[in-house]
Amino acid sequence: MFRQANWNEPVVFELGRSGRRGHLLPNPEDEIKKVVGDLDKLIPNSIRRTSTISLPELSEVEVNRHYFRLSEMNYGVDSGLYPLGSCTMKYNPKINESLAALPSLGMIHPYQDEETVQGILEILYTLERWLSEITGMYEVCLQPAAGAQGELLGTLLMHACLKANGQCDQRTEVLIPDSAHGTNPASAAMAGFNVVVLPSGNDGCIDIEALKSAVSSKTAGLMLTNPNTLGLFEKDIVEIAKIVHEAGGLLYYDGANLNPLLGKARPGDMGFDIVHINIHKTFSTPHGGGGPGAGPVGVIKELAKFLPVPTIAHDGNAYRLDYDKPNSIGKMKGFFGNTAVLLRAYAYILTMGAEGLREAAEVSVLNANYLMERLRKIKGLTLPYDSVKPRKHECVISAKPLRDQTGVSALNIAKRLLDYGFHAPTVYFPLIVDEALMVEPTETADREEMDRFADTVAKICDEAYTNPDIVLKAPQNTAVSRLDEVKASHPKTMTLSWRMHLAKK
Amino acid sequence: MSKSRAVKRLNKNAHPYIPNSVPEIKEEMMREIGITQIDQLFRDIPKRCLLKKKLNLPEHGLSEYEVRKHVENLLSNTKTCSNMPLFLGAGCWPHYVPAVVEEISRRSEFLTSYTPYQPEISQGILQTLFEYQSMICELTAMMVANCSMYDWATTLGEAARMAARVRGKNEILVPEIIHPERASTLKVYTDPAGIKVKKIGYEKETGQLNLNDLKDKISEKTAAVYIENPSYLGFLETEVEEVAKQAHAKNTLFMVGVDPTSLGVIKPPGEYGADIVIGEAQPLGSPMNFGGPLLGLMACRDDMTLIRQMPGRIIGLTTTQDNSRQAFCMTMQTREQHIRRERATSNICTNEALCAVTSAVYMALLGPEGFRELGEAIIYKANYALNLLSKIPKVKTPVFKATHFKEFTANFDEADLTVKEVNKRLLERGIQGGKDLSKEYPELGQTGLFCVTEIHSQNEIQRLATALREIVGER
Repeated sequence: MFRQANWNEPVVFELGRSGRRGHLLPNPEDEIKKVVGDLDKLIPNSIRRTSTISLPELSEVEVNRHYFRLSEMNYGVDSGLYPLGSCTMKYNPKINESLAALPSLGMIHPYQDEETVQGILEILYTLERWLSEITGMYEVCLQPAAGAQGELLGTLLMHACLKANGQCDQRTEVLIPDSAHGTNPASAAMAGFNVVVLPSGNDGCIDIEALKSAVSSKTAGLMLTNPNTLGLFEKDIVEIAKIVHEAGGLLYYDGANLNPLLGKARPGDMGFDIVHINIHKTFSTPHGGGGPGAGPVGVIKELAKFLPVPTIAHDGNAYRLDYDKPNSIGKMKGFFGNTAVLLRAYAYILTMGAEGLREAAEVSVLNANYLMERLRKIKGLTLPYDSVKPRKHECVISAKPLRDQTGVSALNIAKRLLDYGFHAPTVYFPLIVDEALMVEPTETADREEMDRFADTVAKICDEAYTNPDIVLKAPQNTAVSRLDEVKASHPKTMTLSWRMHLAKK
Repeated sequence: MSKSRAVKRLNKNAHPYIPNSVPEIKEEMMREIGITQIDQLFRDIPKRCLLKKKLNLPEHGLSEYEVRKHVENLLSNTKTCSNMPLFLGAGCWPHYVPAVVEEISRRSEFLTSYTPYQPEISQGILQTLFEYQSMICELTAMMVANCSMYDWATTLGEAARMAARVRGKNEILVPEIIHPERASTLKVYTDPAGIKVKKIGYEKETGQLNLNDLKDKISEKTAAVYIENPSYLGFLETEVEEVAKQAHAKNTLFMVGVDPTSLGVIKPPGEYGADIVIGEAQPLGSPMNFGGPLLGLMACRDDMTLIRQMPGRIIGLTTTQDNSRQAFCMTMQTREQHIRRERATSNICTNEALCAVTSAVYMALLGPEGFRELGEAIIYKANYALNLLSKIPKVKTPVFKATHFKEFTANFDEADLTVKEVNKRLLERGIQGGKDLSKEYPELGQTGLFCVTEIHSQNEIQRLATALREIVGER
């Protein structure tokens, strides 16, 4: 049975003793101190810090052990199956980590003379072209820091295009299916658009009639994830593109689910105008507990002039950064993007080749369908929406019958899975499925592990019928049991820092 | 024996990252789900959408050894701050990363985990992020911090939007001396929300925020006044309490941008009235990485109207349901996009969590003494450099009469040299000079922004001064 480490580790502020040191800094040379003189005279009184910083005082040994122990109370892809739907938790190759740790990346500054950083510029330039080819887009910008920032850039590009055409006062609506990721409506709203929610059809795909009645002269565009969050390929994508384009809108591709299409189909060929890519999903870079990721954006030719500065140019001899783009919307963030993440993606594509990417796509789909067939047969679970069509990278299973019959919900299944040493699937998403369990094994799951997972889900459902208490009280084998999340967010008890904790004590 | 050899032959095409890529395994699985060809799983994709060609990429992948050699070769001519003295900062700074910081941030339990949606199995990163928030609060003297934004520039954009929501007003005042990339990002973030960004001028002699201009521009429409300390050009703003007073007199939020390495010696914004503190925490343990990933820090006062409008993830301390022990989880999630969708405070989802882990380890290692010493080492060394450069004829440094922390300006107008020329000649001598400001601040003439941190030795600083003296002398 799985048992997670449980160190009952104190908060860092409770550790250490006065006077301990964790790190010694290079002391400024005596000559330097002599020349500069007394710092109290240099730093004006009005802004000199006189208070002590209440940080803990720990030796290096204690700091290392504290965070080592905390890491042992965390579960990653390296620990086991992490079938978190829509998150594409695939294996993060170790070679990519070695390369990203090279001093020739870590110790270079973004404003260095271009002559001194030709290697990284070549890598980024090549990666832009590879991602253009993979998505079928004209040009790719690597700058956005994450998928959601890519979405924001994408919707801002819609706005820039409308502005150039004198239509931004008229076209104020972005259409988004009810099955979309939460970032889609949030990004469109941030870019200043009104969000119009499109109900999914009975088959879980876009309802063409609903789309036809939703588009109008106010439509700026449609944001679509394909395959969608049910794992279904939008069968009418060609017609969808036609409807949106004829209405004068732009078609946006949320690349969260690009993995199953690598080398098989391209958003550009389906009629999408703007695409974002989640490098930390499809291109195997680690999620780091919530980031950093990277969210490059690809566009059709007409939109390329609006992309952020700088772009990387190559004159046959050398690479350089080109800031001369008068129509650019400006900067999405400082510098050029999350380069250390992008370098890993470059190494990944190099390792896979076109052939390997295709294989990754195919096996991710095979794995998802294999697991789906095993899960849907379990008593208490159903496969909502189309029961015949293959899913792509993920499948969504409903635990509604189980909940109705036993009181054990999708959340309880998720918690009990932790007891068995699996990470839980995404639960309660997409919102259009009751008691949703969204399962994405990715191509890096092996069959034996998937079989163990399916067997475990079956066992949990069986427990729900025979001994529901054990499921309702799960997890017990993790570092802690279920948390009081109400207390965590209630204004009276909410504790968001150690300072606040001490103040409330 | 013969059987294992046969399997080995079949395995020839299996990919190391794809356990089920063995043809036999694929066939077994296909059989179980009732198909005979992989393409049957793609049968629902319209024919005209299926890719009919091979991607124009290298068709075959390389072995791990080849990938390593290829990337190492590409990067082999790179000059780094360890083999070339480098005097660049401007939002991404060269600092030392202690080995323990590297070690912990490579722990794959942290590295390969997702956002901690299942807190019971993710206590490690949740507690670490809570500690990150808590230590940022100690440095800045604020009560609440979120657990990361993308970088300083985007955090400024988000903070401006936050302030506008909190105050229900649509004007933000920012200093004229601000990083142009930060100003551009601010515009990109605020334009769609109809927020107007107005610039406050500076004192020509000292660079200090012009308080009269502030007085003229602040009004009932102002949602927030933003200053940076140290400023983009490295000098310290000294009239911070007066700015706070003016802002609060108009019921306006006071936002301060900081470089956290200064906070061991410079007064934290929480002690001079800041409502929101932002900044760049890359110097706290993250390498420069050619400008990314960085780490946007964001903190605020203990005020529910602020906290409810804060973007990003916030980790809280709570207990288990049986109240048997303390534990950590994401809190206030109803602000976030996955719950609130188009009414969320921000669209941010993936953030820079691992960089925050890195920073937590860094801050715990340094402790109060370490931060004081870090701040002192930087201000000593930067001012030593400033002092040496100020003695070079025809070089005016600093441009502004003020105390500088880790960056300072040097002007080459009198030497009749452009910064570009100076930097080219420095590079010939194996030195990377400062950032060229001549395009972004034409009124400052040919001025460069030089950065000196705790990693610069006296010898390197002297090399810079000697080289500049030669370059100017050659003229």
